[in-house]
Amino acid sequence: MKVLVAVKRVVDYNVKVRAKADGSDVDLNNVKMAINPFCEIAVEEAVRLKEAGVATEVIAVSVGGKACQEQIRTALALGADRGIQVETESGVEPLVVAKLLKGVVDKEQPQLVILGKQSIDGDNNQTGQMLGALTGMPQGTFASEITVNGEKLKVTREIDGGLQTLSLSLPAIVTTDLRLNEPRYASLPNIMKAKKKQLDVLTPADLGVEVTRHLTQVKVQPPAERQAGIKVEDVAQLVDKLKNEAKVI
Amino acid sequence: MDSSHSEELQLLRRSVAEFVDREIRPHTMEWEQQGAVPRELFSKLAALGFLGVRLSPEYGGGGQNFWFTAALVQELVRCGSIGVAVSVMAHAEFATMLIQRGGSSALQDKYVRAACAGRMIGALGVSEPDAGSDVAALRTRAVRDGDDYVIDGAKLYISNGTIADYITTAVRTGGPGHRGISIIVVPGDCRGLTRKRLRKIGTHAADTAELHFDHCRVPAANLVGAENDGFRLIMAGFEGERLVLATIACSHARLMFEEARKWGHDRTAFAQPLLGFQVWQHRLADVLTRIEAAQTLTDRAIDQYVQGNEAASLISMAKLYATEMALDTARECAQLYGGLSHMEECLMGRLYRDSLALTIGAGTSEMMRGIIARANDLTA
Repeated sequence: MKVLVAVKRVVDYNVKVRAKADGSDVDLNNVKMAINPFCEIAVEEAVRLKEAGVATEVIAVSVGGKACQEQIRTALALGADRGIQVETESGVEPLVVAKLLKGVVDKEQPQLVILGKQSIDGDNNQTGQMLGALTGMPQGTFASEITVNGEKLKVTREIDGGLQTLSLSLPAIVTTDLRLNEPRYASLPNIMKAKKKQLDVLTPADLGVEVTRHLTQVKVQPPAERQAGIKVEDVAQLVDKLKNEAKVI
Repeated sequence: MDSSHSEELQLLRRSVAEFVDREIRPHTMEWEQQGAVPRELFSKLAALGFLGVRLSPEYGGGGQNFWFTAALVQELVRCGSIGVAVSVMAHAEFATMLIQRGGSSALQDKYVRAACAGRMIGALGVSEPDAGSDVAALRTRAVRDGDDYVIDGAKLYISNGTIADYITTAVRTGGPGHRGISIIVVPGDCRGLTRKRLRKIGTHAADTAELHFDHCRVPAANLVGAENDGFRLIMAGFEGERLVLATIACSHARLMFEEARKWGHDRTAFAQPLLGFQVWQHRLADVLTRIEAAQTLTDRAIDQYVQGNEAASLISMAKLYATEMALDTARECAQLYGGLSHMEECLMGRLYRDSLALTIGAGTSEMMRGIIARANDLTA
């Protein structure tokens, strides 16, 4: 079984991002970049399927500028077999990413596509679902457990108030939630192998997709700064403050 | 930088950084209190191939060059306790590289293999109560008796001393001076070996010990290299050790700088952040400039070393400059922190005291200056 995994280059989750002074965007100057944590979970799941003998090949695909090859290499160092970069400028919209991924799906014919449920930069939570619509493949989003049984895929989803279990026919699409697995660390031998693994670069034209924009980013601004709190003397003072200052009761 | 491996080095750095975030930093305080890192750390690092970075692939090592060791060390230091990096390096680089450099294939098969797999922990035993920098004066004696050597003597300030399963030990097998020194691997469970953990003022997470050898009987096959050829092996090993120390110093200093910069933005005095005062802007600018200078020098020394060029003088300069710089950085950054830097609970306080041993271990600053002087026609 061939598994396709999508990985996105995002600002590292440890970085405290700042808006540019002119409010045009997030300041990415000298900021540490990393593989999106949900995508890392997707890679880990695919590699585990391969180790379990279920998957035969794991392909990591990323959409973006040349820099995103770094994240593809990270996926290769974690155990993916080969990589594909679809070269675009950065900040491509989810619908375009989904169309490009559909192009890769058509080309590679994977039995399973695993994506992060969302990326921690845009927090769109759209690409996996859109890919489902475009390909007509069944989707199991926010997965916390997946099991392959022949031509069927059992997906446990995290939903409000509990867990939902779906049975999907393969080929299928899965988006990962945080609790699906805990990604491994890349080992030195795998890191050394990563560079030798195949990494193909495709253009949107190769996949017959036109990169368009439907949205314009108007402004990026930091959240309002929170004022320091105070310690109240007693309940009476608390009630007074809630009534007269916070005006919430 | 090693440009031919820049991608791999970046991946390694990232992987080690994640490992440090999840597996080391949360336990650092506990290990500092215990006075040693747990054995489990070695097996976890081994599983990722991080223990035998430079060791031979034939015995399970990574077979990479020193740039890979440097990348590993840089990230390990960022856990906030130099002791962790010291313990790991004492095992993988100091104790085991020496066996690889001079040991028989049987000896390598036993110890290098176990070291890479994290099944055994190593220590390097050179310093003695009466022989520190003056290695040629060491007195621990090994006498050949049939198929064994019988060892009597003592070793002091030995990293991993009490937790080690084997101690790569420098002993006197011949006459006085550097020509009478050999290296023998002493198993940790050897009868007659007693060990005591020492209480230090810094690098608490590294186990440091005093060892006593009382008629320790060790197979003659544990001799590393030829008899009386140990001094040369020790000196060759010192080059790697000194580069490790220089690398630790640069990364440690950078961590202190980053902590100080955060504090400088957060802490207010006289109604403005400390970094609102030009005096602190300039002092930290000087700190960062010296860190970059030390890093550049260290990188140049590593480059020469990796290329196999004569690098003793450059390595000594890197070790001298980077460790003295780290000590200066500690003083500046602790000063910015004020009273808080004197508290056990404060990271800066621990980073400060961890800096103190850097100018001493693996050759003091004075020894480094001596090497530089001799290598550059400065003696008369």
